[in-house]
Amino acid sequence: MATTMEAQSNQKHRLANGGRNWRVRKAAAPYLFLLPFFVIFATFGLYPIIYSLYLSFFKGFGFTHKKFVGVDNYTHMFGDPQYLRAVLNTTYYMLGSVFILAPLALVLALLFRSHLLVLKTLFKVVFFLPVITSFVVISVIFLRVFDTNFGLLNSFLNNFGVHPIGWITDQSVVMPSLILMGIWTYLGLNSLYWLAGLSAINQDYYDAASTDGASKWQSFRYVTVPLLRPVTLFVVIQAIVGSYNLFAQPLLMTNGGPSNSSLTITLYLYRQGFEFFNVGYASAIAYSMFVLLLVLSILNIVLFRGYRTSE
Amino acid sequence: MAMMKSVRTELTRAASRWKTIVVTFIVGVVAVLMLAPYAFMAVSAFKPQGEIFASPLRFFPRHYTTSSFDLLFKLLPYARWYLNSFIVAVLGTALTLVISSMAGFAFAKYEFRFKSLLFVLVLGTVLVPFQVLLVPQFRIIRALGGFNTYWALIVPLAANAFAVFLMRQYTISVPDELLDAARVEGAGEFSLWWRIVLPVVRPGLAVVGTITFLAYWNDFFWPLIMTTEPKMFVVNLGIASLIGPYDNQYGVLLAGALLASLPVIIAFLFFQRHIIAGLTAGAVK
Repeated sequence: MATTMEAQSNQKHRLANGGRNWRVRKAAAPYLFLLPFFVIFATFGLYPIIYSLYLSFFKGFGFTHKKFVGVDNYTHMFGDPQYLRAVLNTTYYMLGSVFILAPLALVLALLFRSHLLVLKTLFKVVFFLPVITSFVVISVIFLRVFDTNFGLLNSFLNNFGVHPIGWITDQSVVMPSLILMGIWTYLGLNSLYWLAGLSAINQDYYDAASTDGASKWQSFRYVTVPLLRPVTLFVVIQAIVGSYNLFAQPLLMTNGGPSNSSLTITLYLYRQGFEFFNVGYASAIAYSMFVLLLVLSILNIVLFRGYRTSE
Repeated sequence: MAMMKSVRTELTRAASRWKTIVVTFIVGVVAVLMLAPYAFMAVSAFKPQGEIFASPLRFFPRHYTTSSFDLLFKLLPYARWYLNSFIVAVLGTALTLVISSMAGFAFAKYEFRFKSLLFVLVLGTVLVPFQVLLVPQFRIIRALGGFNTYWALIVPLAANAFAVFLMRQYTISVPDELLDAARVEGAGEFSLWWRIVLPVVRPGLAVVGTITFLAYWNDFFWPLIMTTEPKMFVVNLGIASLIGPYDNQYGVLLAGALLASLPVIIAFLFFQRHIIAGLTAGAVK
């Protein structure tokens, strides 16, 4: 009896002593766990956000010979035909993604959920493969596909008597070609986004709708579409962000040409910042993108907010 | 009566079988169109140069040759580029996993001052397009003398807010009792992370690990501004540098692109579930 008492008090004593130590260690631990991440994050994530804003008010070659110019870089953009062309091209690509790619992906997702399609797993693999392929590989492939004289697409169309099309050499065709490539790349991923949204809808809503005598189209229009709003928001914002990031393909396939007809914002930023070392102007372009993206995102949130998927 | 009914169900079954065939056929045609560019790359890599620029064009080679692959390894530092890509992707993935699972553990299982502020800070930066960071990052790397080094290709991309968020989500499910029991037995906080948290969040590590590996392997923009010496190119940048100079020997480009996409395809076949989970994680909250 005495020994157990002693043992217990001993253990208590040890816990109390170790406890203080333990508490200190537990208080310090989260900061130590965060430290490695935050050192890198602060250096390459947070500081650049501020420094970029600062740089956007300066003009000059490189980082050393710079001069404060206030908002000149920003006002200059609105009169810069290349910048405006880049915004226009990027917006065009974005509209293609939102109004062609996203609906096509929804159709595919609906098919993936219907019993009318077999071999679903195989199809998912095939449609998804381009998403994980690098933009460089995609560019190398599509340079062979889009080639005017020896390209896969033109020689295929030739079988139907179609004359060769300058997919990436004709000013009015090059952006649609990039959109086509975008659809090829992102169709699978977008249909998976939609699938995730569709699976989140509670079956009860459809049962209720069919009890009320709703047709298939009606239950799609009045149950599926409204309940897909949160995913729609996500898909649209992804499409916008993806469009603004379009860079490697136009750089490698057309270098923005012919005559700037495939110049995108990120490509123009790259030229200004890393070819001409016009770092102030490049930073201003980057911030203008940031603002455009924020405005578009807020607009979408207002548009699609409200409904929730099934609880 | 019963016979009529069975005839009718037989008819609807037949109709739906036809619908299935038609729908599957249409999707199958689209799938073939999706695969065609890929397949065209794969077979054209084995064509002699003359067949790549032939009119009329044939999809499959008339003569198979590996001369493009020979050029790639004999004339160009392709093997070195490939090795560079592996070094960057493997070390980058390891670093990302370590720091993001530590940070995720801190956010999931501890209470501390400025916790919510720091978390909002991390998540808030997801909204900032990466283009905003490029010029200052370039400047910082230059100041640190990092051009044409492995660490410059690896470290800046390792602070991934999305990875921290995902690891936090996975770590929340670790039972607190498990951690407290280990503490009573005298385990230090670091060994809690190493011995208890990491084994439990293995599915999260798999998801974040596979998409991080792919992101490093496929990245082009960052290596483009970080490297100028051909021997430090990653495979993507190496191939990109051949566009133009090697246009008339395009088989070399196709062979390079084919080999560069092999790890991605293999990763996809083995980790398909993790990759899909990682890439669609944001879609439904």
